[in-house]
Amino acid sequence: MDLLADNLPAYLSGFLFTLRLTVISGAIALVVGTVLAAMRVSPVATLRGLAVTYVELLRNTPLTLVFFFLVFVAPQFGVRTPLGFWTAVIALSAYTSAFVCEAVRSGINGVPVGQAEAARAVGLTFGQTLSLVVLPQAVRSVIPPLINVLIALAKNTSVAAGFASVELLASGRRIALANPSDAMLALAGVALFYLVITIPAGLLAGVLERKVAFAR
Amino acid sequence: MAQPVPAPASQPGEPLVVLDHVDKHFGALHVLQDVNLTVRRGEVVVVIGPSGSGKSTLCRTINRLETIDSGSITLDGVPLPAEGKALARLRADVGMVFQSFNLFAHRTVLDNVTLGLRKVRRIPGGQAKERAMALLERVGVSSQAAKLPAQLSGGQQQRVAIARALAMEPKVMLFDEPTSALDPEMINEVLDVMTALAGEGMTMVVVTHEMGFARRAADRVVFMDGGRIVEEADPETFFTAPRSERARDFLSKILTH
Ligand SMILES: Nc1ncnc2c1ncn2[C@@H]1O[C@H](COP(=O)(O)OP(=O)(O)OP(=O)(O)O)[C@@H](O)[C@H]1O
Ligand SMILES: [Mg+2]
Repeated sequence: MDLLADNLPAYLSGFLFTLRLTVISGAIALVVGTVLAAMRVSPVATLRGLAVTYVELLRNTPLTLVFFFLVFVAPQFGVRTPLGFWTAVIALSAYTSAFVCEAVRSGINGVPVGQAEAARAVGLTFGQTLSLVVLPQAVRSVIPPLINVLIALAKNTSVAAGFASVELLASGRRIALANPSDAMLALAGVALFYLVITIPAGLLAGVLERKVAFAR
Repeated sequence: MAQPVPAPASQPGEPLVVLDHVDKHFGALHVLQDVNLTVRRGEVVVVIGPSGSGKSTLCRTINRLETIDSGSITLDGVPLPAEGKALARLRADVGMVFQSFNLFAHRTVLDNVTLGLRKVRRIPGGQAKERAMALLERVGVSSQAAKLPAQLSGGQQQRVAIARALAMEPKVMLFDEPTSALDPEMINEVLDVMTALAGEGMTMVVVTHEMGFARRAADRVVFMDGGRIVEEADPETFFTAPRSERARDFLSKILTH
């Protein structure tokens, strides 16, 4: 246990990095993913096609490859992403937005089609129909899967460890390497800090779910 | 509520909705076959016909919830726009009442009626609320204004849906079997609202199996079968002396039970 206490500053800085990475990438992914979902149900075929291509591409690519691409391949084509934190943010939010899109889209599909028809019949535009009628009703069923997507994101930040970031897992690994006999404990410390993020997220999901429930 | 001055139902005005050689397919199914129909201002047209004959589809093409393959549809002389803001504007001028009510489930009864006023007509909140309450009063559900749709009976929900459509001050109202999902004891409260509306000169296209309503309120009955308009006549003529074999056959089936 001394190991954990002695290295608390290193754990904490790693933890804060992971937290920032999760919150910022999560926020971007929520916005981009919702826009993608809107594109996927839009009446414009080109938008639908673009969104489908993006989502299928990112969803079926290992996250590590997305990092590889940004760090090693993109620069060769002259696209130089800023190193470290922001590279990780770009990779994580690009990857996660595909999953956000799928969660939001399945929520949209769960809203009876008559709701959107009635909204259009009243004269609401596509954007108004989505934002005023369909999405507010999709929220209830979208929140649990979205929280799961965000929990996965929190854990996925560990992939950034392999790319010279100083997030939680990278800190843990450094501590473990410095204390080979206690490596298991060092990594258990990492797991503990992840739980600090993921357990409250799960609880929050339950609270939000009850809060947005309404009778149909 | 300030309604446009109605044209007397007995002398219908100029053409308001015109369908000209309209064709539509669902895959291999030819649901609308060379449909020609003119609805004049102030006219009440009842559409009847067997299940699957294309009545709902016809109704839904008039506000472009369904697209058509060929032919043209005009509203007040203007062809229906294909997409975007222009289409949304057109839809605001065409009220629609669905068989399954389709009230916005997450909004109160009052909000259901004010939403279009505020977001489409850009009427300020207070004024929108006033107009909505007047309409809810008119259809007899003002005491339910603060409730969610699921807390109302079917008949009440459908009357709210009518108020929601009327709020936009539409040029024409479309009804697609508005009473088919209702328990028998609630049918009349909805038909009464519709009959009153017809009496006030609203232009209406009504798909219904309620022959009483058709006789009472319709200026014209359109009989559809197999995607075609087979017969058009005033209700008296249609119900007592239908010309086509198919209409006679259909009437004998629905009038015997
Ligand atoms: N979205 C759709 N896709 C494919 N086929 C459809 C679609 N909507 C309707 N149809 C078919 O088109 C035909 C006409 O349907 P429509 O709903 O217009 O008939 P209807 O006269 O309103 O019948 P009902 O009295 O049962 O409501 C039916 O055979 C129906 O199965
Ligand atoms: Mg129908």
